[in-house]
Amino acid sequence: MTSTLLEMRGITKRFPGVTALSDVDLTVKAGAIHAICGENGAGKSTLMKILSGVYPHGDYDGEIRFDDQVCEFKGIRSSERAGIAIIHQELALVPYLSIAENVFLGNELSRRGVIGWDKTLIEAQALLDRVGLRESPQTRVADIGVGKQQLVEIAKALSKKVRLLILDEPTAALNDSDSRHLLDLIVDLRKQGITSIIISHKLNEVMQVADTITILRDGHTIETMTVNDELSEDRIVRGMVGRDLTHRFPPRPQRDIGEVAFAVSNWTVLHPIDQHRKVVDDVSLQVRAGEIVGIAGLMGAGRTELALSVFGRSYGKYVSGKVFKGEKEISTRTVSDAIRNGIAYATEDRKHLGLNLMDSIAESITLPSLRKISKRWVVNQHEESGVAERFRASMRIKASSVSAVTGKLSGGNQQKVVLSKWLFTDPDVLILDEPTRGIDVGAKYEIYTIINELAARGKAVLVISSELPELIGICDRIYALSQGQLTGEVAQADATQETLMRYMMKGRA
Amino acid sequence: MTTTVEQPSQTPEAQPQSNKPTPPGLRQRVSSFLVSHIRQSGMVVALAAIVLLFQVWTGGILLKPLNVTNIIQQNGYILVLAIGMVIVIISGHIDLSVGSIAGFIGAMSGVLMVRNDMPWLLGVAVCVGIGALIGAWQGFWIAYVGIPSFIVTLGGMLVFRGATQYLLEGQSIAPMPHGLEQVSSGFLPELGANAVYHWPTVILGAVVTVAAVVVQVRRRRSQIRYGQEVSSTAVFVAKCVAIIASLAAFTLLLASYRGVPIVGIILVVLTIVYAFVMRNTVLGRQVYAVGGNSAAARLSGIRNQRVTLLVFVNMGILAAVAGLLFAARLNSATPQAGVNFELEAIAAAFIGGASSSGGVGTVFGAIVGGLVLGVLNNGMSILGIGSDVQQVIKGLVLLAAVGFDVYNRRKGGR
Repeated sequence: MTSTLLEMRGITKRFPGVTALSDVDLTVKAGAIHAICGENGAGKSTLMKILSGVYPHGDYDGEIRFDDQVCEFKGIRSSERAGIAIIHQELALVPYLSIAENVFLGNELSRRGVIGWDKTLIEAQALLDRVGLRESPQTRVADIGVGKQQLVEIAKALSKKVRLLILDEPTAALNDSDSRHLLDLIVDLRKQGITSIIISHKLNEVMQVADTITILRDGHTIETMTVNDELSEDRIVRGMVGRDLTHRFPPRPQRDIGEVAFAVSNWTVLHPIDQHRKVVDDVSLQVRAGEIVGIAGLMGAGRTELALSVFGRSYGKYVSGKVFKGEKEISTRTVSDAIRNGIAYATEDRKHLGLNLMDSIAESITLPSLRKISKRWVVNQHEESGVAERFRASMRIKASSVSAVTGKLSGGNQQKVVLSKWLFTDPDVLILDEPTRGIDVGAKYEIYTIINELAARGKAVLVISSELPELIGICDRIYALSQGQLTGEVAQADATQETLMRYMMKGRA
Repeated sequence: MTTTVEQPSQTPEAQPQSNKPTPPGLRQRVSSFLVSHIRQSGMVVALAAIVLLFQVWTGGILLKPLNVTNIIQQNGYILVLAIGMVIVIISGHIDLSVGSIAGFIGAMSGVLMVRNDMPWLLGVAVCVGIGALIGAWQGFWIAYVGIPSFIVTLGGMLVFRGATQYLLEGQSIAPMPHGLEQVSSGFLPELGANAVYHWPTVILGAVVTVAAVVVQVRRRRSQIRYGQEVSSTAVFVAKCVAIIASLAAFTLLLASYRGVPIVGIILVVLTIVYAFVMRNTVLGRQVYAVGGNSAAARLSGIRNQRVTLLVFVNMGILAAVAGLLFAARLNSATPQAGVNFELEAIAAAFIGGASSSGGVGTVFGAIVGGLVLGVLNNGMSILGIGSDVQQVIKGLVLLAAVGFDVYNRRKGGR
């Protein structure tokens, strides 16, 4: 009975400058629940996008065989016709349409363009029963919770006669009882003959439902394991992180680490819409002057949300918590308060939150500190160019001139502009969110060197990163965050990827 | 597309002054100059072409001193609105209510100055104050409540049109006080006896010309002092000569009729002041930042809401000024004053290179855009082209100008 349903062979996918997947194999048996595990950026989502036709045939190398047929999907619709449906991390429902309308969206039960509403409602109800969702099909999707929306997505997939269901981080946004219900449903669907692939960071859930686990790392297939009693979470973690670390980080000069320069205590923040979810839950942390401290955590652990909410309450709904510089409590109620108090936050999303891509390098660097180079509100543009030139030299920003538009710079140079911008505010505390995301290896080394220099100048540096080797390579101390809570604190000497990963995957207390 | 321009390899320790990159070839320099200036200069060239065309078609009537004066006086209020509008558009918004606000302020001025005999200067101050209040009212809903500016100002368009009709009870108030009327149709006063040229205008023109050249020279000097690249001396001298020639020609043109119209002086002053504010002040920078990427601006410590509010307060003030100028020009306050002004102002801003997604545009561009429309209006009227055809042509010009801009930007890889 264990015939092969899906076989992906030698899949290679290149993006400009990076190879996201190289020679990846994946075999899924019919009627199985197959888990795919790997770090952020290991290539899981890319692989699933290839399978579901988001990246059409011809965009990648390799072969997909589904049900013994070679498949060349041209788009999502052609993979759906074959019986493959993907449910993305971000749900693709239209909030102001009803459940029934969403279930049959793009697939309406109609005759000559006229929708048969009776049939739609009856069939939608049948599908909702199958996924165990007790809501009227006429309820608006916006009026039900995320957990139920997830079920609507699955009902939508079922309506398309799905045979292989792909779920990308299905429980990342769900609470415990919704998660349990969803996992039960996946097991239940298997009994109805539906094969599933789930991508998940939550190893306990994976162990609970999956038959087989494939591990990806840096775009390669590492191993495929059968779930049985002997398999431990540690074993999976080891597979996910093992890699060598030579010469990717600059040497760490001996630094004088001073007193506590920056501290956050009992910081709690609610989700901006779902105000029952604590995105940051009672987090307290400290950074000393001259110290580089890392925050590790998987996607959705609340790292960026913590940083943004501390920096001028730029995320979610503030509940409680205090921020200190040294002994003194400071206000970070608005971004300008935070900047005035010597805090800088360099965002993970350079293009959307970090830079105005229409501005020149000089204009970008001076934006938060325009008053510094102005007299009575008039900007001294010559002084501005001078400042920008100084940073261009010291940060080695490669550009034809400081009036070059930031939108045309490479990722590494854009990041240097962002760092320059914050350094010009003369901060004592720098929060760097994914400082090397989307940057090539050489530029990463330069950024690490800059971070080291900042610490050597006595700044307190907090680095948020998804790349564990990076944290271990540059930080003096690392906090682990999981589901909004601090779950561990490791000194550099004791930090290994395994220990960090274990803390990062620790469930809610 | 992201391309990195490689800096010629140098030792990073070198001083900025001494590390002048090796000069690129002439062709490269010319083409990069054209690319970076095409958006600014494109419309100036288009304006010059349109002026030239109509000058020929109208058999020289277009540039007669009387007609030039007319163009300035006819378009003054639209240009004032265009200055405010381009700032609104740069900040990422739109204002559909300015025509109605201008009408309302005109009506207000009639009620205050004519019906209630308020001294006209005091009346002007009160009207401008009311304009600011109206702007603050609309800005509040847009910035702090978060209602899209399109909706708020669409509502404002109806509200203030209705209020205008209510104030005037459907009738016009005329005539306006002499002082106010002079603002719109008056000229710089004569000095002494009739001469061939209007001397105060010549003197003013000379002063402005000298000032313009001095500004150019000082800017160049400080650029050199701060070690920046400057154009070659020959190019600079040519630029100065061009400035002197065009200003002198314009001055003599106006001086051979009745001199500089007061509206012209108001316009020049407003243009210079606002161009300076947008280019050289903290506030101007913040407007560009908010319009270009509001999330990034907020995370840079800019108070987006306050900036947006100020932009609309300013628009209200300029709408009031435009309303006063229009009432002064008609010498009456009428219920239909200001109808469709918002469309002309918006068109002027877009023809002048503003982007509907915000963050892009210049005050100077909006003025040029407004002049393109004004010259088209005037030229076609002289030729006796009906208003039906005129509207079609103006619509197509707007489409073509913005289409050209979009095409250019796509080619530029943005």
